[in-house]
Amino acid sequence: MSNKVIGTSVPRWDAWSKVCGKADYTADIPVKNMLYGKIVRATIAHGRVLSLDTQAALAVPGVLKVLTPADLPRVKHATAGHPYTLDRSGDVYDKNILTEDVRLYGDEIAAVIAETQLAADIAAQKITAVYEEYPIYLTAQEAMTEGAREIHEGTKGNILADTTAKVGNVEEGFALADYVFEDEHRTQVVQHCHMENQTATAFQSADGRWTCISSTQIPHICRRILGEALDMPWSSFRVIKPFIGGGFGNKQDVTIEPLVVAMSIAMGGRPVRLELEREEVLAYTRVRHAIHYRSKVGVSKDGKITAWQVDAVSKTGGYASHGHSVAAKGGGILCTLYEIPHMSFRSRTVLTNTGNAGAMRGYGVPQITFAIEAMTDKICKELQLDPFEFRLANFKKEGAPHPLNGIPMVTNKVADCLTLGRQRFGWDAKMADSGAKGGSVRRGVGVAAFSYATGVYPYSLEIAGCRLTLNQDGTVKMLVGATEIGQGIDTGLAQIAAETLGIPAEMVYAEETTDTDIAPFDTGAYASRQIYVTGVAVAKAAEELKDKICRAAGKFYEIPHSAADVEDAFVINSVTGERVASLGDLALRTYYDKARAQTLTAEVSHNCHDNSYPMGVTFAEVDVDTQTGVVTVRSILNAHDSGVIINPLLAKGQVEGGMGMAISYALGEDLFYDPKTGEPLNNNLLDYKMPTCMDTPELDCMFVEPEDPFGPFGAKGLGEPPICSPAAAIRNAVCHALGFEINALPLTPGKVFAAIQNNRGGGADV
Amino acid sequence: MYDFASYTEAADIHEAVGLLCANPNARIIAGGTDVLIKLRSRDEAFVGRDFVGVTRIPGMTDIRLCDDGTIVIGAAASFAKIEGDAVIAQHLPSLAQAAGSVGGPQIRNMGTVGGNLANGATSADTASMLLACDATLVIAGAQGDTEVPLAGFHQGPGRVKLEHGQILKEIRVAKAGYEGYKGGYIKFAVRRAMDIATLGCAVMIKMDGDRIEDLRIAFGVAGPVPLRAASAEAYAKGQTLCDEVLEQIGRKCLEDTNARDSWRAAKAFRQQLISVLPGRAVRKALGGDGDA
Repeated sequence: MSNKVIGTSVPRWDAWSKVCGKADYTADIPVKNMLYGKIVRATIAHGRVLSLDTQAALAVPGVLKVLTPADLPRVKHATAGHPYTLDRSGDVYDKNILTEDVRLYGDEIAAVIAETQLAADIAAQKITAVYEEYPIYLTAQEAMTEGAREIHEGTKGNILADTTAKVGNVEEGFALADYVFEDEHRTQVVQHCHMENQTATAFQSADGRWTCISSTQIPHICRRILGEALDMPWSSFRVIKPFIGGGFGNKQDVTIEPLVVAMSIAMGGRPVRLELEREEVLAYTRVRHAIHYRSKVGVSKDGKITAWQVDAVSKTGGYASHGHSVAAKGGGILCTLYEIPHMSFRSRTVLTNTGNAGAMRGYGVPQITFAIEAMTDKICKELQLDPFEFRLANFKKEGAPHPLNGIPMVTNKVADCLTLGRQRFGWDAKMADSGAKGGSVRRGVGVAAFSYATGVYPYSLEIAGCRLTLNQDGTVKMLVGATEIGQGIDTGLAQIAAETLGIPAEMVYAEETTDTDIAPFDTGAYASRQIYVTGVAVAKAAEELKDKICRAAGKFYEIPHSAADVEDAFVINSVTGERVASLGDLALRTYYDKARAQTLTAEVSHNCHDNSYPMGVTFAEVDVDTQTGVVTVRSILNAHDSGVIINPLLAKGQVEGGMGMAISYALGEDLFYDPKTGEPLNNNLLDYKMPTCMDTPELDCMFVEPEDPFGPFGAKGLGEPPICSPAAAIRNAVCHALGFEINALPLTPGKVFAAIQNNRGGGADV
Repeated sequence: MYDFASYTEAADIHEAVGLLCANPNARIIAGGTDVLIKLRSRDEAFVGRDFVGVTRIPGMTDIRLCDDGTIVIGAAASFAKIEGDAVIAQHLPSLAQAAGSVGGPQIRNMGTVGGNLANGATSADTASMLLACDATLVIAGAQGDTEVPLAGFHQGPGRVKLEHGQILKEIRVAKAGYEGYKGGYIKFAVRRAMDIATLGCAVMIKMDGDRIEDLRIAFGVAGPVPLRAASAEAYAKGQTLCDEVLEQIGRKCLEDTNARDSWRAAKAFRQQLISVLPGRAVRKALGGDGDA
């Protein structure tokens, strides 16, 4: 039977309330007797606070208290929003809520609580610190230098982890190669720039426990981390997530919640709000890892990859946050994109005195894809191989097992994305049209492919929950622990419930808040997991509820329950096709039949033991002004295999958003630090070049839709894949236009111009 | 939240001058698009001030054409007003272009041309354009109005020739500043909107057949203040317009400017823009393509 709801562009249930300004975000929620917090930040990048002078701050009218590290539990917590591991081996417990040990400029050394935000701001400015200063290390290379001071005591050489993922024997692979290519690639520090800054409000609830309303992607994990950070039982906390203005991974870390709860505790339970400013979010929450890759690839005469070796050095900043998982993920990406008989992927994650890197949409994959596809481009150019034929000959084959974890990549349509995308993009015509375009403009085309993983199995726990309740009128209330953060997951999940139940999507009510006291357990919004993992929980719960509906039909109507089914919100006789009763009529009976009333609910917790692989390709066409270095993206297409698309309009929105972020990752965004002090230089939206709509070209996308056997209705993840390959494709297009390589992001006018000058002067590539 | 002592609006320019003269803590606020940002970041020169609002003073936002052909722009005219004004569109379309390149629509609705000048930023888009028009400024003070050239008004980054108690009232462009000239402004920035110029280049060119009769070139961000390229202008006079001449003009501009290295852009890159953009601005002024 064909789907009625899946595959249709059901409007987001929250769209009108958001565009009309009715939706309440954390800072919109009124709370009585509110106090306001402000973080006092270190003005050095590495050292120790010897003393703090808080006198002037305390004298500011309206200031009630200044918290210092001495006021808080000494226990350390891990900020990453990873699922808990029973042996606590998963994350690095390296963070105090406030610290005397300064590991990056802006580290949190004290906090002010006041009656107004202005009083808190004024007071925070008046607090002065005396420091003992240590040498600062702004690059991984500096931090790894022999004799460098350990940023965290006990982290030898400031290397958090050093691992090598292996397939076959890479030396044997190079022995089989007829050609060997080597190069280096560098990516920069960028930031998420979600619209809503981190905001949280904490207060003591009527039951004596602590409520924290927060703009978080991970309410259930946040509750656990509050327990760990404040050294209290986890159930002492209730985390409520209202509407969220984006997260992109930055809100998959617990950044301000422990402090705001500690502030409320310090004030005897009075509500306290902590709302970061954009400058703080850019510099002092989380950023994307800058990674330096050294790659070496062996290729045989017949155009097959024989060996691929990577040495990656990733800069994580002052704290571990997501630790080594971001850099290490690249190995799995490399060997699932291409068939590589012999691979060695070494990655090191290094502490530095710079902004703390954590999760950001794509989780290390835009970086490794840049390195992989720049190498692929180099190989094709130098061996004069067709970039399509070379990729098709070397792509990982559909159905093959993941070389590192053995999970079969049952659906993998990367080859279709490449060939169908080539047609849609008009690659051949655009290739013919490339080259000198008059004046100082040169035109080029580029292509790049990527591999991704939907969820985190088998490396981490995958669990999701859903509770469905049949309302009195036959509509259904859906509660999930999955986190709606702006991506539209609620609407997609409601479609899954509706399709399974045989009702229209508008009969399923999603829930705007996720409340850890009420919502079923789910680890939240990260990876590209929720449609895939929570979607299965929803489908299972819907099947269970439908079964209960059919059994109730057998009870209330003249129909054997085995013959009952639900279609278009009516109970039908599946044998005759006749309508037996409306779902509303049946629902009313389940609530109010004096003798046999029994309300119908279903609750499912789904422990997912699957993973599926979203794949895709980006095609880009650019103009490069060789006088000014300006790169203009003329056209760009993302072709995705994310399995069956649940909601085409929302999927398109997701892809366009990812492509927009990726284009400025390629061309503009870069967070700078003062080389002498480590102070962030451009942590504001004037100097940090987030693109505007005028900087973003027309974005085109297409979907190849195999039915994945594991995801609900054949779906795979789509949240992160759109950002993985555009930067690499744009870089390849720029190199095609210029006729030489540029191997560091972003390709800003200044850098492209410098590269052109260097190339003219016979200098090395930048 | 904003930390200021008071906000007063004056009924006319004399009252505004009086409010300023009577109170050393007073400070002018017009559109607020710079002042409020500095207040928010708790800049010591701005917190705790008594602000005197000037945008609602009658006449302060007017744009008019005098009988002698002088274009008079009220200092509190918003960028949006300049962008859409009929007099400007007819006689000084390149100023509309420059005003239209500032920020985004919200900023252009609030921000004023007077603020753009008095703020003292080298990057001010209307400053270099007006400098290329030989604009003059009418400054109101306790002793009445004085008129000074815009050239020389900028003293350094964030510093202009305004004493406490003086208010920039009008910007004037005399007929000789624009008649017979075509103007062009190129704002080179990383973004196409909501950005500050990496380099701004304004030109006013008067042609005599295919010969350049007169050329004025002004830059933003080519030095600590908006500046004119005197030697390039002198060279250009009488030359026949062609690519080689435009390139030579660009090279001459390097003698007139003082680009420096910063984390925002390298000196060599700024110098490249200084030598490339004037030619493009000339082409743009004369109706060809040439947008950076």
